[in-house]
Amino acid sequence: MSGYFILAILVLAFVVIFQISKASEYVSVLKGEEKSFKQSNRINAFMFIAFLVVGLFGAWLCNEAYYGKTLLAQPAASDHGEKIDFMLKLTFAVTGVVFLLTQILLFWFAYKYQYTEKRKAYFFSHDNKLELIWTVVPAIFLTVLVGFGLFYWFKITGDAPKDSQVVEITGKQFNWMMRYPGKDNVLGRKNYRLTDASNGNALGVDWEDGASHDDIEATEMHLVVNKPVQLVINAQDVIHDVGLVHFRLKMDAVPGIPTTLWFTPKYTTAQMKEITGNKDFVYEISCDQMCGSGHYSMRGVIIVETQQEYDAWMASKKPQYVTVKESAEPKVAADSTGAATVQATQKPLAQLK
Amino acid sequence: MSSETVLHGQTAEAAVHAHEGHDEHGHHHHEESFLTKYIFSQDHKMIAKQFLITGIIWAIIGGLFSVLFRLQLGYPEMSFPFLEDIFGTWAKGGRISNDFYYALVTMHGTILVFFVLTAGLSGTFANFLIPLQIGARDMASGFLNMLSYWFFFLASVVMFASLFIQTGPAAGGWTIYPPLSALGQASEGSKLGMDFWLISMALFIVSSLLGGLNYITTILNLRTKGMSMTRMPLTMWAIFFTAVLGVLSFPVLLSGAVLLLFDRNLGTSFYLSEIVVKGEILPNEGGSAILFQHLFWFLGHPEVYIILLPAMGMVSEILSVNSRKPIFGYLAMVGSLFAITILAFLVWAHHMFVTGLNPFLGAFFVLLTLLIAVPSAIKVFNWLTTLWRGNIRLTPAMLFAIGFVSLFISGGLTGIFLGNSTLDLHLHDTYFVVAHFHIVMGVASFFGMFAGVYHWFPKMYSRYLNNTMAYIHFWVTLVGAYLIFWPMHYQGLAGLPRRYTDFSNWQSFNQFADMNRFISTVAMIVFAVQLLFVFNFFYSIFKGRKVQNTNPWGSNTLEWTTPITPGHGNWPGELPEVHRWAYDYGKDGREFISQVEPVGADESAH
Repeated sequence: MSGYFILAILVLAFVVIFQISKASEYVSVLKGEEKSFKQSNRINAFMFIAFLVVGLFGAWLCNEAYYGKTLLAQPAASDHGEKIDFMLKLTFAVTGVVFLLTQILLFWFAYKYQYTEKRKAYFFSHDNKLELIWTVVPAIFLTVLVGFGLFYWFKITGDAPKDSQVVEITGKQFNWMMRYPGKDNVLGRKNYRLTDASNGNALGVDWEDGASHDDIEATEMHLVVNKPVQLVINAQDVIHDVGLVHFRLKMDAVPGIPTTLWFTPKYTTAQMKEITGNKDFVYEISCDQMCGSGHYSMRGVIIVETQQEYDAWMASKKPQYVTVKESAEPKVAADSTGAATVQATQKPLAQLK
Repeated sequence: MSSETVLHGQTAEAAVHAHEGHDEHGHHHHEESFLTKYIFSQDHKMIAKQFLITGIIWAIIGGLFSVLFRLQLGYPEMSFPFLEDIFGTWAKGGRISNDFYYALVTMHGTILVFFVLTAGLSGTFANFLIPLQIGARDMASGFLNMLSYWFFFLASVVMFASLFIQTGPAAGGWTIYPPLSALGQASEGSKLGMDFWLISMALFIVSSLLGGLNYITTILNLRTKGMSMTRMPLTMWAIFFTAVLGVLSFPVLLSGAVLLLFDRNLGTSFYLSEIVVKGEILPNEGGSAILFQHLFWFLGHPEVYIILLPAMGMVSEILSVNSRKPIFGYLAMVGSLFAITILAFLVWAHHMFVTGLNPFLGAFFVLLTLLIAVPSAIKVFNWLTTLWRGNIRLTPAMLFAIGFVSLFISGGLTGIFLGNSTLDLHLHDTYFVVAHFHIVMGVASFFGMFAGVYHWFPKMYSRYLNNTMAYIHFWVTLVGAYLIFWPMHYQGLAGLPRRYTDFSNWQSFNQFADMNRFISTVAMIVFAVQLLFVFNFFYSIFKGRKVQNTNPWGSNTLEWTTPITPGHGNWPGELPEVHRWAYDYGKDGREFISQVEPVGADESAH
């Protein structure tokens, strides 16, 4: 019902606008087109200056209302993130000045030089000096921005420190799976053809490779504060993207082409709860590359903690290889009792993915 | 009919060398049937109108889609039973399903980027203005020109049909990255709808190539006597470079699309490698998903300039005419268009900084991308100087042209953030990007298009659009565009990812419910006002105030030397001869001096 009501109002508004427009056209013909042109010219010129003033005020209001809700209001949670935040502020400063200058000139000119009979337009077709100035000056500022940008870019994308912790993260529709290299610090070899989620091998790890036997699999990512971490990023089905807003980083997860990303977390989750004043704060991994109907729900969690907390968590985990072998053994013994029990034991594994 | 056009074409071509023999061609008006005049027309003016009206229809559809998905974003907890009445299972319980949401987003992008802002904008104004502004009877090939429209029409039919497939149209985003777009198992939208999308796009590319080759040929060969390249209005330069961009980059997209069709239907592995989808292990190995992104963006980036350049050209022309001043720095304007055209081919990988691209390679793309800011800055400063000390007539076209400059500045500056790979790591695929490209490419180009429609409507239909409706249209659209996209920058700075149907389950992204509701409401109002424009457009074709004066804007360019309603062939007598550039406004105390006026003995040099 309310739908029809809104529709009726809309149609009515249309009719009213149309009638006014039609009438004003007749009026302008009667009054003389010259006169009504001058009148509307004055109104529109005034509107431009009003738009400029109200617009700038609106931009300030918007900033007041929403600055606190952006990441600008909280420190970056990684060393790379701090560089990116600095770069962001520098770019804001440079572009902000240009923005104000050009918008003010634009609308001011539109107002100031509105049509009057008295004024003759000034024939001014070119000026090499002026044009040189506004070619060179932007070029200098851009060189500065490119310089800073590339300096940080190479730092961020450069090799990870030797003592980095390695974590593998694999995306699939629509969740994330983590793998830790275990005591040997080597991730076991994978072969996608071995992928078999129902038998505890959701990642397609090749159990033939001994290095895989101590690999730990998990659904949450645990990291140690102030310890560099290198992520090895994979995808199984389509392209995903590991988005780490609090660390200010992201990297695509591409099927068939592993990518990497490294950074050093600066604050534990507990510390971030204090910094942000949000007791529910949690580091989230968002998928930032369109990956299908569940894209918006592809959420992962990172827990940044102290070394002791991390060690305790790690000690509670059992290598995936061991879990798989353990569940495979009763299978042989229970062969005669039928498939039902087999499935029952395998269920929890499937959910691990 | 066709022999007639050929004759015109030849005479016009001959005119460059020997300016004679027009009289016998210009006058006789051959009988045209409804079919040859309105449907299979080879008159560039009619083809332009066909492009424009098809573009308007698509713009309504594409805009409506955005209203629908903004309903979901703005009012995620509400249900709208009327949606279920219309869309059935796509909106069960009055709520837009995830698959439907992504289909809407994808089609909104595809329709507006390709069908409206490429075909609707370039197709309209290249066709309409080229022969009129360079002094030609018609395009070099009227027949190819007609085919160009009809391939576009076929592409439209296929794309429109895909909206009615049971599994829905393509839904992987307008960039259709494989493997998502290659695997039917991965998404409903990657089933039959994706094949339709690719076939439609292939047809569209054919249309665009036929058109583009025609535009280039016409501008290079059919300029009237005296119309040297540097005497052409900036609209012509902009359209020329646009056509060059299209001709060189669209074929690359075609190759990308064909390989994707092979991967989808013939079992090849161009883009597929080591994939396990929904537990199914696929045999494909050795392909590269990133290859597609290179092919796509090799068109995709020039594409944004294909959209933007014609708008820039028209805005330059309209700003100059209505400031009653020459465009400032004509050669710098041409030079910056040229620089943008060259650079447009060398920056595609800035869309791919976070794909695992070699960082060393990325550095070059950062440099080249930010380099584009230099010609862009030149253009902005030159536009500002064109306004300075003018005598500005704020016609509806002029309002939109000034609005274009404002939006181009706002959206252009955020490009400096995103082109810098370091910042892209943070801002890539967030709402910051959405705000950036909507302002600089979407809304700004729409403003250029509106400016063009308001300015040349009197030439197209011999009537004016209604001014009052035009003012309402302008002010609501300008204010609305800023109200919609300015706050989105803040969402981007909070890291909100694009293409999320719902943020409520996220700790980091759920703080903008009120802003989303606000944006959605404004979007609906702005959409309604665009319908007002559409109404004004069609109403004025039949009932608008009649044009009494061959040159209503006091403009120098050749299209205003034709009769109020030019016939097929444009000029009844000989083609006009050009004696000067297009921008002698306010020179030697004279308001304007048409291009056809010989240079006087005591005239000052500019």
